[in-house]
Amino acid sequence: MAHENIKVNLYVWRQNGPNDPNAGIKVYSDLEINTHMSFLEMLDVLNTHIIENKDKYPEGPVAFEHDCREGICGACSLVINGRPHGPMQGTTTCQLHMRHFNNGDNIYIEPFKAKAFPMIKDLVVDRSSFDKIIQAGGYISVNTGGTPDGNAVPVPQDVSSEAMDAAACIGCGACVAACPNASAMLFTSAKVSHLGLLPQGKTEAAIRVKRMVSQMDNEGFGLCSNVGACEADCPKEISINNIARMNRAYISSTFTNDH
Amino acid sequence: MKKFQSNVPESETLEDKWTEYRSRMPLVAPNNKRNIEVIVVGTGLAGASAAATLGELGYQVKAFCFHDSPRRAHSIAAQGGINAAKNYQNDGDSVYRLFYDTVKGGDYRSREANVHRLAEVSRNIIDQCVAQGVPFAREYGGNLANRSFGGVQVSRTFYARGQTGQQLLIGAYSALSRQISLGNVVMYNRHEMLDLVVVEGKARGIIARNLLTGQLERYGAHAVVLATGGYGNVFYLSTNAMGSNVTAGWVSHKRGAYFANPCYCQIHPTCIPVSGDYQSKLTLMSESLRNDGRVWVPKHKKDVEALRAGKMKPTELSEEDRDYYLERIYPAFGNLVPRDVASRAAKYRCDDGYGVGSTGLAVYLDFAAAILRYGKSAATSQNLVNPSDEKIKELGRAVVEKKYGNLFEMYEKITGEDPYKTPMRIFPAVHYTMGGIWVDYNLETSIPGLFATGESNFSDHGANRLGASALMQGLADGYFVLPYTIGVFLSKEIRTPKISTDTPEFEEAQNNVQTKINKLLSINGTRSVESYHRELGVDIMWQYCGMARNAEGLKIGREKVRALREDFWKNVYVPHSDKDGHEFNPELEKALRVADFFELAELMMVDANDRKESCGGHFRDEYATAEGEAERNDKDYAYVSAWEYNGLDDDPILHKEKLEFKDIELKTRSYK
Repeated sequence: MAHENIKVNLYVWRQNGPNDPNAGIKVYSDLEINTHMSFLEMLDVLNTHIIENKDKYPEGPVAFEHDCREGICGACSLVINGRPHGPMQGTTTCQLHMRHFNNGDNIYIEPFKAKAFPMIKDLVVDRSSFDKIIQAGGYISVNTGGTPDGNAVPVPQDVSSEAMDAAACIGCGACVAACPNASAMLFTSAKVSHLGLLPQGKTEAAIRVKRMVSQMDNEGFGLCSNVGACEADCPKEISINNIARMNRAYISSTFTNDH
Repeated sequence: MKKFQSNVPESETLEDKWTEYRSRMPLVAPNNKRNIEVIVVGTGLAGASAAATLGELGYQVKAFCFHDSPRRAHSIAAQGGINAAKNYQNDGDSVYRLFYDTVKGGDYRSREANVHRLAEVSRNIIDQCVAQGVPFAREYGGNLANRSFGGVQVSRTFYARGQTGQQLLIGAYSALSRQISLGNVVMYNRHEMLDLVVVEGKARGIIARNLLTGQLERYGAHAVVLATGGYGNVFYLSTNAMGSNVTAGWVSHKRGAYFANPCYCQIHPTCIPVSGDYQSKLTLMSESLRNDGRVWVPKHKKDVEALRAGKMKPTELSEEDRDYYLERIYPAFGNLVPRDVASRAAKYRCDDGYGVGSTGLAVYLDFAAAILRYGKSAATSQNLVNPSDEKIKELGRAVVEKKYGNLFEMYEKITGEDPYKTPMRIFPAVHYTMGGIWVDYNLETSIPGLFATGESNFSDHGANRLGASALMQGLADGYFVLPYTIGVFLSKEIRTPKISTDTPEFEEAQNNVQTKINKLLSINGTRSVESYHRELGVDIMWQYCGMARNAEGLKIGREKVRALREDFWKNVYVPHSDKDGHEFNPELEKALRVADFFELAELMMVDANDRKESCGGHFRDEYATAEGEAERNDKDYAYVSAWEYNGLDDDPILHKEKLEFKDIELKTRSYK
């Protein structure tokens, strides 16, 4: 396997807490890396370099979120050269590899920015507003036990598959970061669709969509103006059709008497 | 200290044990439940399902996770599926068969009664998940689909594409979210448990660090449940998430909870090989791929050389020059032998110089035959007469894509190679830890009031876990076992008032943690935490306590762990701006976890040395058959090793729980 080494210049957003007056881009030039590395391993290399040269870098290592590093937990984020999760279609930051960059590239790394995602430090923001939206109704109200046999209700293969397409959302927030309105419509509609498509989730579909949309608004997310950037940057390629489906479900829910 | 015994209830038959026990176990009335608090640490499958169910039952639950959201727990990364003895395929499956397969797969080192219970409740899990809206794969008729996994001869694995863990976790997370919105569960995100508080011999609370502010916080409860996952990251490189750690379990161990079978680690046979020393983690390729993928290495050394040098492509090698070694050695199970067997076989091929890839540490997993087979079948069903090879491959590719598409994509993203065209390169990697906190039949640890569930306990998988059984165990414990068995303890606590955190025990525990933090921050050495972790895992643990172990190596390994630990406490550098750690500081979080891995590592070496036999994932060079298969010693080692902490300088104390097999005859495992 060819191990190619390249040098890149990193322009990294540094911010020590939400009210840091000196927040801004800091340049780390000529970082030598291997093209087989993942993007986050490249940041590991940067942080090791910063830690080992602590006198030169009083700002300390760059804080960024990550965990599974296999594209499924949704912890990693980053706006890379202006795009959430970077240049590759359908790829999370942790699955992005440096073979897609060239020697001498300037790489801009910024956090996901949105009013509903308050800044914590450097590239880390608080995305717990997504949890609040789920808590408002992103579930089917069944308790443990007493459920019918798994095969009691047949689910057509295409319905299950469509629900699965929506359920593939990893809750990373790229849709919000990509949207000029910082809207959470793609995230919310993916959950509304996942549950609303399945026979098990239809019973409370109307009340679910009302509650979730209302919570989304309360959290300070913007409105949807059909830009479509969310779909383009979603690492799981969740379809914007879900938004259309949610709009329909939301409007029809206003004709029912549920709260 | 409570008596060290398994507390398996008496019953006429094994089949009736759990049902009978449930019918007569003491209950807590709803009006009392409202006044009882339970702490659940960890919100993966085991923790989220337990917290949600306890909330539904009416307990006051406090749930903790170190992530920004419960949905990030590493259960989410499980790919292939979840087992259940539904027998939907009419292929001869039953509760007994799942029980038998699991005990045999675990190389007869698990507790019979626990495993049988697991097999029983496996059926309820599927029903529960379907009701929650988990979009499992379906047949055309709308029924649930199944596939096969290693170590079994039936199809009992339920799946949601290659994202089964994600979908099950989202199910549990949604149930948890519902309880949070109802006020039954209070969720503490970005909180990490750093000590257990024991009051008058019972677990009564935890010290958690608020990771945003860095402040230590005290939380009290009538009981504490650990659902904190496994400790595979002690090897640094593993398929675990970067944050997965042993700390909650380890601090509980130091407070009196026995640690069982720490040497039982699962090395998964199908992971993407290491590509360089910058590597931070390893990525698993689901075992489900072994349904259709064929594992091979070249038969001749000259071809190995050519392949390594890049002078030849694996697709150019003719059939007769390939060694499909799993099919050759294990004809009955072929490519679907259990993980420990498949991993060791790959190791032997590579040890003998047949490994491929630039490092020689890889074997091939090839889908060419499956693509042809599926392509021919599709051509037949489409009534195509004399289809071209190209057409067959195209049709076959579509079938394979439907089954494993996302896994193939992931492989291509990481390696830059297209597995539809060239075989995958795979190598074994640390994946799961069967060992964990010792628990009795009630999932209660040796500290009354402290429970352990899911991967964090030791109970169900013996010395080797079968594929698609981790999801099953996590959800079984959380939904259907712990919510009942915790009542046995809590029914005696209905007169206990709310636990005050303003007591000397909480004070002592908090000071203990603060001292440790101050110590770490005051060293101001020169080496990064990361570099110590890598040396511990890659250079010591994998080397001396990895896929094959021996007495001499374990002795050297233990000395090396100690020496490196001492160096860590003298030379580590943890960047910070607050000397008490009162700030958001991911480096400090990492340092605290690595500090505990050092101590665990030593215990693993001790345990591996004590177990003078080979079983499942624990393989000792000295105890192998002539063919290199594991040689168990049932006469002397049919026991669970439960270790009691005895200070850092002294050897831990071994307690043996004898394993009795009443329903299964102990045999040498054979997959031939």
